[in-house]
Amino acid sequence: MRIKAEDVEKLALMSRLELTEEEKAAYTESLNASLDYMHSLTKLVTDTVEPAVHVLPMVNVFREDRVEIGLDHKQALANAPEAEAGSFKVPRIV
Amino acid sequence: MKTIRKSLAELHTLLVNKEISSVELTGEYLDHISEFEPKIRAFITVTAEKALAQAKKIDQKIAQGESIGPLAGIPMALKDNLCTEEIVTTCASQMLREFIPPYNATVTSRLEAAGAVLAGKLNMDEFAMGSTTESSAFFLTANPWDLSRVPGGSSGGSAASVAAGEVAYSLGSDTGGSIRQPAAFCGVVGLKPTYGVVSRYGLAAFASSLDQVGPLTRTVRDNALVLNAIAGYDVLDSTSVPFNKPDYTQFLENNVKGLKIGVPKEFFEHGLKSEIAELIKQALKTYEQLGAEIEECSLPHMQYALPAYFVISTAECSSNLARYDGVSYGYRAEAEEVIDMCETTRAKAFGPEVKRRMLFGTYALSSGNYEAYYVKAQKVRTLIKQDFAQALAKYHVLLSPTTPTVAYKIGEISEPVACYMGDVYTIPVNLAGLPAISIPAGFVDNMPVGLQLIGNYFAEGLLYRAAYAFEQNTGYYQEIPALLREAD
Repeated sequence: MRIKAEDVEKLALMSRLELTEEEKAAYTESLNASLDYMHSLTKLVTDTVEPAVHVLPMVNVFREDRVEIGLDHKQALANAPEAEAGSFKVPRIV
Repeated sequence: MKTIRKSLAELHTLLVNKEISSVELTGEYLDHISEFEPKIRAFITVTAEKALAQAKKIDQKIAQGESIGPLAGIPMALKDNLCTEEIVTTCASQMLREFIPPYNATVTSRLEAAGAVLAGKLNMDEFAMGSTTESSAFFLTANPWDLSRVPGGSSGGSAASVAAGEVAYSLGSDTGGSIRQPAAFCGVVGLKPTYGVVSRYGLAAFASSLDQVGPLTRTVRDNALVLNAIAGYDVLDSTSVPFNKPDYTQFLENNVKGLKIGVPKEFFEHGLKSEIAELIKQALKTYEQLGAEIEECSLPHMQYALPAYFVISTAECSSNLARYDGVSYGYRAEAEEVIDMCETTRAKAFGPEVKRRMLFGTYALSSGNYEAYYVKAQKVRTLIKQDFAQALAKYHVLLSPTTPTVAYKIGEISEPVACYMGDVYTIPVNLAGLPAISIPAGFVDNMPVGLQLIGNYFAEGLLYRAAYAFEQNTGYYQEIPALLREAD
């Protein structure tokens, strides 16, 4: 299977990345090169193998449900590109 | 020997005996940084004032007769993907060029509590994606052994700063070899601990199921001392493991009699430079003379490790980097409408390698490809874990070269797949979550070569013992770059 320029456009949209025409062409080529390299994976038979999501057998990691002091408002907003009235401010949404 | 190149234990003794103050010692390192940074460029940020303030605190403690820990008063530096409160943490990306974290990474807090003196933040590949530090959005870092070569990566600044004597030690992060490969390229000791031994809280995530923080040092003993300070369960990282942390220095015994070493034959393929193969053979002889038992073994699925790693790491990166949207922190591009703002922000502030990996990761996770690539890669991960489990049931440690070549020339690696090939011996270890250490094993073309030892889960102590015996019987760690010799 080959990745086409349209596919890269779709991937860019899903990744929220604006790409220039040159970038689209370059990434199409480079993603196909990567895909060729992945080809050996598809030949390996793994029907009876369980996928490993994680390396250690840890499940249901919980902590005590108690109130702790986190970042205050000022700290949380300190790196905001734009803030107003104690909130993050963004451009128009609709 | 210059004070700044002494071991942590020697520096500690000097401080405790008041032969030097922490302020003086810190001053010496800062002077050395000023002298060598124009050539090495390992630091994104030097925190001279804060370092001297911390040094002063430690000096007061010593003056008041308080006992200080083995790292107290000694300068170190952190890879710039480890959060430092009130100190800019960039991940070597335009995206976070001005980001000042409101909190410390757990490793930062632990080192601070141990009295360590933070001298600055170190250059790296952007968001730790790369193997040469060339994908840093800011500048290139040079290899102290040959300024026309890369230091390796992604923890290139971490390895170069230690090799150049700019700090006593540093921390890096390792997702597919990013501590061990630069350690090998720069002739220092680098440990990737067992997944879950060191907290990832405050480490900017690249591929969460693979990332692990670890120390880069000049000697094995120094490495064990730093791991003592940073290892251990952390409630703030749900993948950190509750375990009984030993004193890792107790394993430093110059004795490998009866140690069973497996040598995976697959780790001698894939373009291994013949001179490096020769050095590793010599290393095996050294171990044999010291009483270890050497045997060739096989890890049959290793050829699938790289493609599986590529799928898993890019998939996790595409998900982890979704958070950089221009809303709550980091760079923001101006736009009329919010989706435009987000797309333009990411287009402008991410570099080409980061974009490429996000796009591939998105591809591997999208419907129609998910089963064929992502689930398949996870299955390969199971097979690789099983291969290692079988080998490590038979041998105490596995030994291999850390990398197939010495450090590349700057600009030599332009093609992404070639770059991954340099990590062919380190990547499988991350997939299995095992600990591994790279130690100096000699020189080829006047460039350092690294030897990798891989151990079972939580067997960092055994790795240290095997590494220490080799180090003490070979002495490669005493070699320093010509650049430093000339300056002395």
